[in-house]
Amino acid sequence: MNISSLAARRTKADIAEICARLGNDPHRMLDILLAVQDANRWISPEAMDAIAGAVGLTRIAVEGVASFYSFLSLAPKGRITIRLCDDIVDRFAGLAAVVAAFEAELGVTLGKTSADGAFSLEVTPCIGMCDQAPAAMINDVVATRLTPARATEIARKLKAGVPPGEALVAGFAALTPYQRAKAMVDDNIRLAGPVVLGPAPKDAGLRAAVVLAPAEIIRQVEISGLRGCGGAGYLSQRKWHFASLAPGEKRFIFCNADEGEPGTFKDRVILTERADLVFEGMTIASKAVNAREGVMYLRGEYAYLKEHLEEVLAARRARGVLGRDILGQPGYDFDIRIQMGAGAYICGEEGAMISSCEGLPGEPKTRPPFPVTRGYLGYPTVVNNVETFAHAARILDLGAQWFHDIGTEHSHGTKLFSISGDCARPGIYELPYGTPLRELLALAGASDAAAVQVGGPSGAMVGRDSFDRRLSFEDLATGGAVIVFNAHRNVLEIVDYYMSFFVHESCGYCTPCRVGNVFLKKAIEKFRKGQANDDDIQYLKDLSDTIIETSRCGLGTTSPNPVLTSLKNFPLVYAALTRPTVDGVKATFSIQAALDGARDIAKRRSYIFDKDYSK
Amino acid sequence: MSDPFTFRIDGVAVTAKPGQTIMEAADAAGIYIPRLCDVDGLRHQGGCRVCTVKAGGRSVSSCTQPAEPGLEVENNTEARNRVRRDLVEMLFHEGNHLCPICEKSGNCELQAMAYRLGMTAPTRFPYLEPCRDLDASHPDIALDTNRCISCGRCIRASQDVDGKGVFGYVGRGIHRRVAVNGDNLADTDAVLADKAMSVCPVGCIIRKNEGFRMPIGARHFDHGLIGHEIEEKSK
Amino acid sequence: MTETLVDQRKARVATVSLAGCFGCHMAILDIDERLITLMGLVDFDRSPLTDIKTFTQRCDIGIIEGGCCNEENVHTLLEFRKNCDVLIALGQCAIMGGLPAMRNAIMHSGEPLRECLEEAYISGPYLRNTTRLIPNDPVLPLMLDKVYPCNEIVDIDYQIPGCAPSGDVIFNTLAGLLTGKFAGFDRATLRFD
Repeated sequence: MNISSLAARRTKADIAEICARLGNDPHRMLDILLAVQDANRWISPEAMDAIAGAVGLTRIAVEGVASFYSFLSLAPKGRITIRLCDDIVDRFAGLAAVVAAFEAELGVTLGKTSADGAFSLEVTPCIGMCDQAPAAMINDVVATRLTPARATEIARKLKAGVPPGEALVAGFAALTPYQRAKAMVDDNIRLAGPVVLGPAPKDAGLRAAVVLAPAEIIRQVEISGLRGCGGAGYLSQRKWHFASLAPGEKRFIFCNADEGEPGTFKDRVILTERADLVFEGMTIASKAVNAREGVMYLRGEYAYLKEHLEEVLAARRARGVLGRDILGQPGYDFDIRIQMGAGAYICGEEGAMISSCEGLPGEPKTRPPFPVTRGYLGYPTVVNNVETFAHAARILDLGAQWFHDIGTEHSHGTKLFSISGDCARPGIYELPYGTPLRELLALAGASDAAAVQVGGPSGAMVGRDSFDRRLSFEDLATGGAVIVFNAHRNVLEIVDYYMSFFVHESCGYCTPCRVGNVFLKKAIEKFRKGQANDDDIQYLKDLSDTIIETSRCGLGTTSPNPVLTSLKNFPLVYAALTRPTVDGVKATFSIQAALDGARDIAKRRSYIFDKDYSK
Repeated sequence: MSDPFTFRIDGVAVTAKPGQTIMEAADAAGIYIPRLCDVDGLRHQGGCRVCTVKAGGRSVSSCTQPAEPGLEVENNTEARNRVRRDLVEMLFHEGNHLCPICEKSGNCELQAMAYRLGMTAPTRFPYLEPCRDLDASHPDIALDTNRCISCGRCIRASQDVDGKGVFGYVGRGIHRRVAVNGDNLADTDAVLADKAMSVCPVGCIIRKNEGFRMPIGARHFDHGLIGHEIEEKSK
Repeated sequence: MTETLVDQRKARVATVSLAGCFGCHMAILDIDERLITLMGLVDFDRSPLTDIKTFTQRCDIGIIEGGCCNEENVHTLLEFRKNCDVLIALGQCAIMGGLPAMRNAIMHSGEPLRECLEEAYISGPYLRNTTRLIPNDPVLPLMLDKVYPCNEIVDIDYQIPGCAPSGDVIFNTLAGLLTGKFAGFDRATLRFD
């Protein structure tokens, strides 16, 4: 027996061990694959065979999952994978120079793995660090505020064998998980409001809820007017109410900690500083709908927070506010597990998140049925955002009416805004709903803002004439992202980037989103190259309409928004780039480019299109 | 709750049983709603979106959306068909659909849908021209995924009817495609008699030695538009 | 239909076959005795049917068969666009590249044209090319990097689908366009093959 077959046998044994540890449960496929990826640095065909055998699936089913998530790889990756955040904010903050520094020091080009298998260097969409861009993930830790000099320094340490955490923070190993997170990533809380980021007494909301009947808890949430903070703004009370009524042997509480909308990082800060409040909100929800199990779906980019969150959970169990007989109430059992994501924006959609937790590719589910009636494994499931649960905990503590009185007629309470881009004070601002955009921009020191992306790419790009609009569901809705661009930024470069983001993140299930977004991106490229004419503006609108009307989930129904809102608010940018068609010839066609290959092969010039043919 | 109820499609009253989708009820009533991924005998997928209708003012895929009493459904209107034509054209451009050289021509549902929806105007969409390897490893079946429209019929048929799982999706977004459970098709337990080998609406799953056997004029869609069988029920 | 047409000025029509098989031109002849009706409506200018090689005057309609696979095709197509009010793409090759466009997608290398030529003239399994050379006479037009549908090079006003389009479709479409009564294709007889 040779060495490679010995290695293969060991790998197989390791995989069997990993699968067994997770109960050979196909629903834990994502955990299995993450563990295999971690151990082997890739998911080989042999590994997929072994996993399939252990959990009783076909290999193609395993491959379907493994090939869906960006953080899983079907080709060998380096022992250290550096994923640079490729968001437009990072690009404007000098990403290219940082990439060049890593490439030079590590001797590996972007998108490649070094020959010795030591390093992979790649880019990834927004990792939630826009307030300290450029940023990068190095395996599971995060480097922020990168400069070429810092990149070189980090790369040198990594090459010298320093572990990634230590390469970023001296004495990393000796720190607590919370201290590590804080040492790597700044909170940048610029303005703490009364609800989430202000001082909150421990477990107060839960103590208030525990003496209430489930229906009364839901009633309190109803009075408060709390709406989902992930972006869609669905009334939280309704989800809780429907889930409490839905028949089912079990019910589940899911916390959506997959904030992937570019420019959003509020949940990162809540999870760092107010994790207790989030878990408290989930525990309250469990009482309201009679659920015993909770899952927090934590985006892969926030893996650096996992240990911290596990510690918070452990402390809650020790304190009697999680686990069995919560707060001494016999039979009030509820526990929470953390499910890691693996690099898929679509998993922020609740059905896709549930699919992912079930061990499937992160594809949205057909609705109806809705998760509140048939969610995780077919059981009624409440899915709320991190911030929503934190609000719920505070509502039970401070009173539904108190919360209701903050904000506007249809948007109650406060909202955490993540501001980034061209402003002096990027970070987190907790403000009442209804705050004018202008006020937020002034607080953040965005004095020369020319275009603001409110709600991230799936929201709206607005100009100066919209700065007096109010941040609320009635007017300018946002899940939290506010990205500022000054007058020197190229609007179409931003739109082009955002379309590339949606192309990258579309799950591919439905035609309009899978194909239409590719066409939309190509059309924007045409504008950027000066090859568009007036008809192309109508084409952008028509194509966007089709995508919005026919897409299966929220990704496709919002992905044309960067195009549509910039067309509406910055029409001159587009108009300035259109040219009338000359002589009916398409501007996209270049005879010179089309002939390059043939000239090279034939070693002669064109007698029709080359003026100097005689030479 | 188990009593039949009525709703309306383009103003025509249609009877439905509780639990039926809009499309199922429409089929039974002899009203054709264009579709590509959906086919009799397999569970609904709702992926191609060609069956999109307006129901109560909302755009939904009629193959998955339950019918409801009193629902007003808009189906066969210029606005709906324009959107459907866009979707069919997207599928034509996503893959390599060169009808003149494809043995499925005349029996192809994508092509037939383009006829029905009148896809004849000069296109505004770019061609993506994928270059995926052909899989001709199997003695009786070949696979050209450059012609796949991601309808997923073969996946569902193999899983649910054949009980095999020969096919599955891999990848994400525009890179999502149908792949086989093994290194190639010969490496799987696929056989020609599988249901999965007879449900492909396009020329992606190729049954060897059968190509071009049917003369022009005798092919499935040489006589009547796609969906005419359903529409004839109402006559 | 015929009576309404007699009074009108005859339209001037030009036709050409680019990267096609000439089948669409043969199909024009498939309109059989209606050719006489058509001749009452149009005069042919530059066309393989008349063997006129260059435009004698501006034309109302230009009918293009075939897409563009080489520089001469492009040159001709540009000439047609310049000299015709309305351009009609006739048949699948003109519309979407057709058979020649197979080479757009079957090549996997970074140099698809070279690979295409090498397989066609040197490495293909069924070849007997004793020179082992790729033809490169100076009179041969240079090939394009890929085969382009006409619509990717110039604006096309109408398309007549088919491979080749049937005589009926050709006649009905042309007659409809010439009389301003074209109202789209009969979907029951529409064919892409």
